Amino acid sequence: MNIQAAITIYKFEMARFRRTIFQSLVAPIITTSLYFVVFGAAIGSKIETINGVSYGSFIVPGLIMLYLMTESINNAAFGIYFPKFVGSIFEVLSAPVSSLEATIGYVGAAASKSTIIGLMIFLTSNLFVTHDIKYPLVMAIFIILTAITFSLFGFIIGIWAQNWEKLSIIPTLLVTPLVFLGGSFYSIDMLPDFWQKVSLLNPVFYLISGFRWSFFGTSEIPIALSIVAILSFMAICLAVIAIIFKTGYRLRT
Amino acid sequence: MKSQISIENVSKVFGRHKALNNVSLEIKEGEIFALLGPNGAGKTTLISAICGLCRQSSGNIKVNNFDTLTHYKETRNQIGLVPQELPLDGFESVYNSCQFSRGLFGLKDSRDHIEKILKTLSLFDKRDEQIFGLSGGMKRRLLIAKALAHEPKILFLDEPTAGVDVSLRRDIWRLIEDQKKMGVTIILTTHYIEEAEQLADRVGIINSGEIILVKEKTALMSEFSKKTTFIRLSKKLKNPSFMKKNKKISLTENGMTLKLVGINNKSNELQSIVNMLSQNGIAFTEINTVDNSLEDIFLDLVETQ
Repeated sequence: MNIQAAITIYKFEMARFRRTIFQSLVAPIITTSLYFVVFGAAIGSKIETINGVSYGSFIVPGLIMLYLMTESINNAAFGIYFPKFVGSIFEVLSAPVSSLEATIGYVGAAASKSTIIGLMIFLTSNLFVTHDIKYPLVMAIFIILTAITFSLFGFIIGIWAQNWEKLSIIPTLLVTPLVFLGGSFYSIDMLPDFWQKVSLLNPVFYLISGFRWSFFGTSEIPIALSIVAILSFMAICLAVIAIIFKTGYRLRT
Repeated sequence: MKSQISIENVSKVFGRHKALNNVSLEIKEGEIFALLGPNGAGKTTLISAICGLCRQSSGNIKVNNFDTLTHYKETRNQIGLVPQELPLDGFESVYNSCQFSRGLFGLKDSRDHIEKILKTLSLFDKRDEQIFGLSGGMKRRLLIAKALAHEPKILFLDEPTAGVDVSLRRDIWRLIEDQKKMGVTIILTTHYIEEAEQLADRVGIINSGEIILVKEKTALMSEFSKKTTFIRLSKKLKNPSFMKKNKKISLTENGMTLKLVGINNKSNELQSIVNMLSQNGIAFTEINTVDNSLEDIFLDLVETQ
């Protein structure tokens, strides 16, 4: 296996992250702070505890998930789309690099970046609310699994996209609404019955719910269901990527 | 010389367009092979198929006996590719970009090797600069540096001197010759026939996806060699009768020059024509004979196909 190639792609992508560190880290921190001011302080002061958790603390897992998912998708999609756009992808395609090695490099870097951003948001949240994490190991596993899975999804989007508009259309029109409607800022118990049932169709709900369980030990659905959901989505993404590389879809002519 | 790349009956179809049609070709170890052809002839498609950028619709390609589809790692490991365009990540520095290229081939960073290449290509002073800041010629050289970063045995140069000035073109030619001396096999596509004439050991001509001809350059030049003789006349001529009998003779420059194409020296054809001019009282001031170039041969072959 050409491990060196995977490391090279990983380092190359992380160097891009370092070059744009201000944009990559400061922007999410400022936005998160605004969420805490608006939702945590202004609105949260009007809301009583949810399942025994203050509203400010309740939204922390949702906020981390929101950034983890969107940043994973954006970083991975851009990571593969940009070399396609400028044409430099020819280097990877003409090198002795297998699909697995390329995926490890690109997806690993995207997942690392979004994990760093997720952790920064977690640290930022500590400035506004205090909370103990009930199951830190589960939290870490959830962060890593979510970062990898959504980076795989972003990688697929980056290969599929043929222009900048397509690159942003799925994250903007599909993922962000799903994250917002997946219980990032509320418990689905607060919704009417009908919308509670609709929320159960949202795959992101299972991830946020499971992640929240790792913080507070309570969630709307069993933790096992959340883990099955994320692993299933990861398996689907891996299968799609395997097909893409086997057929050369939008990579090789 | 043993065969290093073996292409057998390779075809590539894009929709209804057959970009390569049953191409068979052998590239020998250590040679400079120039692949010539007009735009859209299939040169880049053939290179792309060998390098793994596209998959042939049928046929086999082997590099040192490894199949490019089933043993792609072994084949690609041996190949360096300089593409026709300038596809570079402009935000990266020159050095890091070369290091990236080397790493993709499973090699650890070798500062000595990369710096040596950058020095050879006069890019050493730019090593820490972002690629955005480089001129077109520098970017072209950087692509060559990147292709050489993993010390390939085979180097593909897809129109390496397109759009570069004369001085840089000579530098690139020198570099190609140096690589050949180091035992690297070079496959060159070019629009500049002069380039092939200068560098190539063998020449292949491709047109409409088919290989028309493959020959040693010297054999090609001698086999297809045609001399053209220009006889500068002292006064203007208007369709003299002797021209009608000999199709090799034509008038140019408003009747001031006789152009004789493909004159056979062995049969004293030129002497006969000179005698004929004298007999008809036609004086001349100058006789000039030139050999046709590889470009003429190429154009003849492509046009007559």
